[in-house]
Amino acid sequence: MGIFKSFVLGGVHPAENKLSANAAIEAVPVPKQVIIPLGQNLGAPSKPIVKKGDQVKTGQLIAEASGFISANIHSPVSGTVLKIDQFIDVTGYKRPCVFIHVEGDEWDESIDRTDTLESHISLSSEEIVARVKALGIVGLGGATFPTSVKLTPPQGKKAEYLIINGVECEPYLTSDHRMMLEKGREIIVGIQILMKALLVEKAIIGIENNKTDAINHLTELAKTDERIRVIALKVRYPQGGEKQLIKAALNREVPSGKLPIEVGCVVQNVSTAFAVYEAVQKNKPLFERVVTVTGKAVKKPSNFLVRIGTSTQDLIDAAAGIPESTGKVISGGPMMGKAITELDTPIVKGTSGILLMEKTESQRLVENPCIRCSRCTYACPMGLEPYLLTKAAKLGKLQVAEKEMIMDCIECGSCQYTCPSGIPLLDYLRLGKIKVGRAIRTRIKK
Amino acid sequence: MNKLTISGSPHIHGDESTKKIMVGVVIALVPAMLVGVYYFGVDAIRVLLLAVIASLFFEWVIQKYFIKGTVTIMDGSALVTGILLAMNVPSNLPGWMVVVGALVAIGMAKMSFGGLGKNIFNPALVARVFLLVSFPVQMTSWPKPAPITDGLADVITGPTPLGIVKEGLGNGQTMSQLASELPSYTRDMVGNIGGSLGEVSVIAILLGGIYMLWKKIITWHIPVSILVTVGVFSGLMWGSNPEHYADPVFHLLTGGLMLGAIFMATDMVTSPMTKSGQIIFGFGVGLLTILIRLWGAYPEGVSFAILIMNAVVPLINKGFKPKRFGAKPGVPIKAKSL
Repeated sequence: MGIFKSFVLGGVHPAENKLSANAAIEAVPVPKQVIIPLGQNLGAPSKPIVKKGDQVKTGQLIAEASGFISANIHSPVSGTVLKIDQFIDVTGYKRPCVFIHVEGDEWDESIDRTDTLESHISLSSEEIVARVKALGIVGLGGATFPTSVKLTPPQGKKAEYLIINGVECEPYLTSDHRMMLEKGREIIVGIQILMKALLVEKAIIGIENNKTDAINHLTELAKTDERIRVIALKVRYPQGGEKQLIKAALNREVPSGKLPIEVGCVVQNVSTAFAVYEAVQKNKPLFERVVTVTGKAVKKPSNFLVRIGTSTQDLIDAAAGIPESTGKVISGGPMMGKAITELDTPIVKGTSGILLMEKTESQRLVENPCIRCSRCTYACPMGLEPYLLTKAAKLGKLQVAEKEMIMDCIECGSCQYTCPSGIPLLDYLRLGKIKVGRAIRTRIKK
Repeated sequence: MNKLTISGSPHIHGDESTKKIMVGVVIALVPAMLVGVYYFGVDAIRVLLLAVIASLFFEWVIQKYFIKGTVTIMDGSALVTGILLAMNVPSNLPGWMVVVGALVAIGMAKMSFGGLGKNIFNPALVARVFLLVSFPVQMTSWPKPAPITDGLADVITGPTPLGIVKEGLGNGQTMSQLASELPSYTRDMVGNIGGSLGEVSVIAILLGGIYMLWKKIITWHIPVSILVTVGVFSGLMWGSNPEHYADPVFHLLTGGLMLGAIFMATDMVTSPMTKSGQIIFGFGVGLLTILIRLWGAYPEGVSFAILIMNAVVPLINKGFKPKRFGAKPGVPIKAKSL
């Protein structure tokens, strides 16, 4: 195992459980109704530009970005806008959503619906960024950061490397894996587009070594472009964390509180590269994505191509229904995903998977006293001391928490995963981060 | 299907638990316990049982009737404390003294600090030192090892190798004069020497240590830094005057050093949280051990050394932080000043 590159500090190795790795991507039928949350990306929620009764086509803009860090949203279906109303989203809160009644599936004429590979990139760098922005592309790895923002490095900063994240270190999830196997050629073109946009001459695709078929496939495809290199990475969580991936690929450490551009890197997910390909070469906005539906008792673990706004229930039904033994439904992977409260929660741009956990594994462990075993400290990929930060957060000692760099926590959950006392460390870390973040913002304002 | 469970991530957990760690420590202690029973016979079993039962009993009584809280005697921590206490006393110690030791370990050193995870000092060692200063005669009359296979015989007491050296050198004898009185290194290795119930066999303790390293219950940092420090420091002194100082191998193989380095100093509750801190901790234990052994009033110094270093742990935890991701080497870490 030692021959594969990896980040150095901390990390854990949960059971991989990639049950759906061999399930080819399958398109699920367009539902009768979609509910599209307006807050799908990191940053400000989008502003709706349609109203009740409007007719929309698939791919038509329905909500605009409302700030620098925000993204456009396009209709995933054709039909009539029923209403704009509150509906529960993945956070468990009610948020504004656009409800569309589906009628047929009429796509906007400007979208190229053919499967032919368009490898000639005719757009200029600025045009690419503008297209990516216009068509609402966000990071599909889960954080949903607007891609166009990442493609516009701040003044005075220059990207040297484009790093493509094909790590998929979350257990269970296989959507990126399937994309690499089935859409490899498009992904390579997408990478070339991203390189052109960023004016970089070097790209690295990082893939965890439990996906050797994807590594081989992309290595083969990348032979046509000597600027693109594929590297196999050790199977270790959180190998796909942005900072961890850069460390593994280039042995560069993004300084505390800084962005990857500080060390000349821009990281994009493989599925984002595919979305960029579709946007730039096919003029197709981001309104569908691949979602893994999986779980130990799921009869048919699958990877579905699904329109945004489809209900989670529809996807579960497509995977042969919800098992009786299900105790928890997670949007995303088991390490960083969110437990959802309602099964009709709509799929959004950031949904990489739906994981059905067994009742027996849904409950948290009983919390015992900390025995100061240091396992959380050994497991932290950021070199923090979760036991100490937890204590500081509990006692409200914000200065201590800030000094001990609580804001560097990437919320990967490795500490809590490894804690023998079953302490919900990450709950306290999140609480501490919110409080310290608030304190920092007030300080800046003053 | 009924209601869905909602909780924050992560949604999966590794298979570690406090109980598993404690059971692992007990398994690691088995070889040393067996050697103790082999050489010290029924007495060893008596001390082991008394220490364990008394430790569990006192934890139960205190939790149930004094704190009136949850009783957690099944978590295995009191069991480990009991066994370690027995390992650290001579097998011929009167039963009531063992019980007093258990009361000190559980009541004074552990529960009065707030119970599991809160204590500053290693409970079994606090008890051992308490017994040593309170009952110096009983705590230093060591039964001579007599293999249980030889049948039951009257217990004869004799000094430990360290005791022989301390007394001999104090009387003006040289190491070469003392050589004939000392057991061979082979006997030190298997445990056929005088000493506390669980400290005599280097091999048995090392086996336990290897098991704990394999199971990732401990890391190498504390034991290795203690042993290296002891080896180097005692080696330097021996090199300066071989007639006046025992050689480093002798120091490494005798007394409670192995038991201390592998089982007592590695107690996670009372040792530093970072690997760099653990190395400093081990260095301190090694240094103090040799200082006490060579120039102190007692022939043996591991227990004192560990307890003294236990007191320094909070300071070490403040000074030795893990390597932070994104901190430039050599540049001190500052809180973000946004």
